[in-house]
Amino acid sequence: MNTKTLMYILKRILLAVVTVWVVITVTFFVMHAVPGGPFVGEKAVTPAVQAAMEAKYGLDKPLGVQYLTYLKDITRFDFGPSLKLRGRNITDIIVDGMKTSIKLGVIAAFIALAFGVVFGSIAALRRNKIIDRIIMIITTAFVSMPSFIMGSLLLIVFSTKLGWLPANGAQKNGLILPVITLSLYPMAYITRLTRSSMLEVLGQDYIRTAKAKGVSGVKIIFGHALKNSLIPVITYFGPMLAYIVTGSLVVEQIFAVPGIGRAFVNSITGRDYPLVMGTTIVLATLIVFMNLVGDVMYKIVDPRITLE
Amino acid sequence: MDNKILSAQVNMDDFIPATEEEKEYMVQMRPSSTFFKDSVKRLLKNKVATACFFIIVLITLAAIFVPMFWPYKYDQALGMVPGKPVDNTFNDLAPFEYGRSEIKKMDNGEKVVPHIFGTDSQGRDYFIRVVYGTRISLAVGFFASIIVLIIGMTIGAVAGYAGGKVDLIIMRIVDIIYSLPDMLMVILLSSVLKVALEGTLDGTVLAKIGSNIISLFIVFGLLYWVSMARLIRGQILSLKEQEYVLASQAAGAKGKWIILKHLIPNCFSVIIISTALQIPSAIFTESFLSFLGLGVNAPMPSLGSLASDALNGISSYPYRLVFPALVISLIVLSLNLFGDGLRDAFDPKLDT
Repeated sequence: MNTKTLMYILKRILLAVVTVWVVITVTFFVMHAVPGGPFVGEKAVTPAVQAAMEAKYGLDKPLGVQYLTYLKDITRFDFGPSLKLRGRNITDIIVDGMKTSIKLGVIAAFIALAFGVVFGSIAALRRNKIIDRIIMIITTAFVSMPSFIMGSLLLIVFSTKLGWLPANGAQKNGLILPVITLSLYPMAYITRLTRSSMLEVLGQDYIRTAKAKGVSGVKIIFGHALKNSLIPVITYFGPMLAYIVTGSLVVEQIFAVPGIGRAFVNSITGRDYPLVMGTTIVLATLIVFMNLVGDVMYKIVDPRITLE
Repeated sequence: MDNKILSAQVNMDDFIPATEEEKEYMVQMRPSSTFFKDSVKRLLKNKVATACFFIIVLITLAAIFVPMFWPYKYDQALGMVPGKPVDNTFNDLAPFEYGRSEIKKMDNGEKVVPHIFGTDSQGRDYFIRVVYGTRISLAVGFFASIIVLIIGMTIGAVAGYAGGKVDLIIMRIVDIIYSLPDMLMVILLSSVLKVALEGTLDGTVLAKIGSNIISLFIVFGLLYWVSMARLIRGQILSLKEQEYVLASQAAGAKGKWIILKHLIPNCFSVIIISTALQIPSAIFTESFLSFLGLGVNAPMPSLGSLASDALNGISSYPYRLVFPALVISLIVLSLNLFGDGLRDAFDPKLDT
């Protein structure tokens, strides 16, 4: 690794830190700018009770002080108590939700990667044959379909009509449909990515040299072509996880999976402001971090590439 | 002709007037083509893109004109006629079924427009709701892209042309906004803006559009301009080194003139391509937000909110999900393919 790469990585880390700080700040001030404050919609309370509640949650202090306290608490991973789910800490809610969501996301990511690379390679090797056409048509359709529609259609077919899999994500085997829903889009994308980069690599001189030396087809693909054609797939790593995080918002809603995505959506519709802030910050940090890892990996794998 | 010493030795034959035949040879065979015409020609050769273009035009025309002559309204509960008890037979009709009073009418020999997609749980004609939802989704996608285009183009052009510190500051801001997780920020901002705008809009023209759509536009204006700005800036950076810019500067032109008259027109292909690809992504975002309940205000339908509502009765009425789902997939797919075709046609340097 040369100094230039190192400088790039440092710059990239700095950008990520600033981004997370912007997210925290925007979230904090936006949530405090909501007219009426967090207790609107509660049962009618007397001004005395209201004042007592605001004092309890520290809402009577100046905004700047609240902001600094909040920043300090976040560094200890303390997001305070939930307003609507009485007696529950936001940190606990997030950790609980994360357990399910990470399982869901990681499995989906692996399925997308494994099948995407395989299908993409097959399509590239059988270029313009029937199997290539079929793969390209299916992936084009998947890329254009919003995840909530994909999820709902899977729900109709496999749960409502055929009754093979449960519609509720909390049940046994309940995560199968959500995982498939989440993995279809990235899988289609990776397939297309692998196909085009594989086609490019297969046209390179060193592949011709290998062929001329009499290396077998399988060996060329696994020993020479695949490794280099996977480089663009690595850049997709960050965006894929970002997609999976946002996709999980609707997928967990459709299949009633008790994950962090559902907690986020419910906190927004239920106006549970501290929970909205906590989940937004955690999810955003996750996405920013994944993008950082993706970019840095890309740079290390292929130093020729100059990223902005 | 003789070759005389010291003569100009001109071949007089060269000066004979051209015959009609020779003149014919010099006439231009066809009018000279412009970049735009060439590109359109290339685009028309792409069969997939052309087909997609026709699908989009067809859907758009249907979305605009069908509500004008269709006998039902998108928010009209058919079972509720003023002065009469509520007729529940209109609720939850399957496709091509009719309510009680309609069956009576048909028995009397009158013609009744069928409910092609049935009705929803409140007795509203579902076909017109899907058409109207398409109209809303397309309009949101189109206007959001225009907003993104105007803001991104202005900021990108200024940053690229001004250079120096202005460019540096703008591009750092762009970097940060670019790395923000857009969807989370969109959800957060639109949920808050929705509450903030609810009271202030009453009585204005904007109230008709609804606080949710306005907040969606604001969010797009805040977050999505960055990639357009980056593209335009990159183009301008290379274009401003061209001689015609120098010539214009030497003639005394101001920055605004140069940007508007010389630089922006030369970014035309980048602008048209990325705007075309922005529309489906805006429609995507709108439907996503509507699905989460942050989209258009009820009773106005959008394709996303229709799909979201359909999820409640999914076991009994699955077709209610299928119709909006099909339309939205068709729109996004054709817009994406058309955008790809545009890119191939308008950017011949790009080799994909």
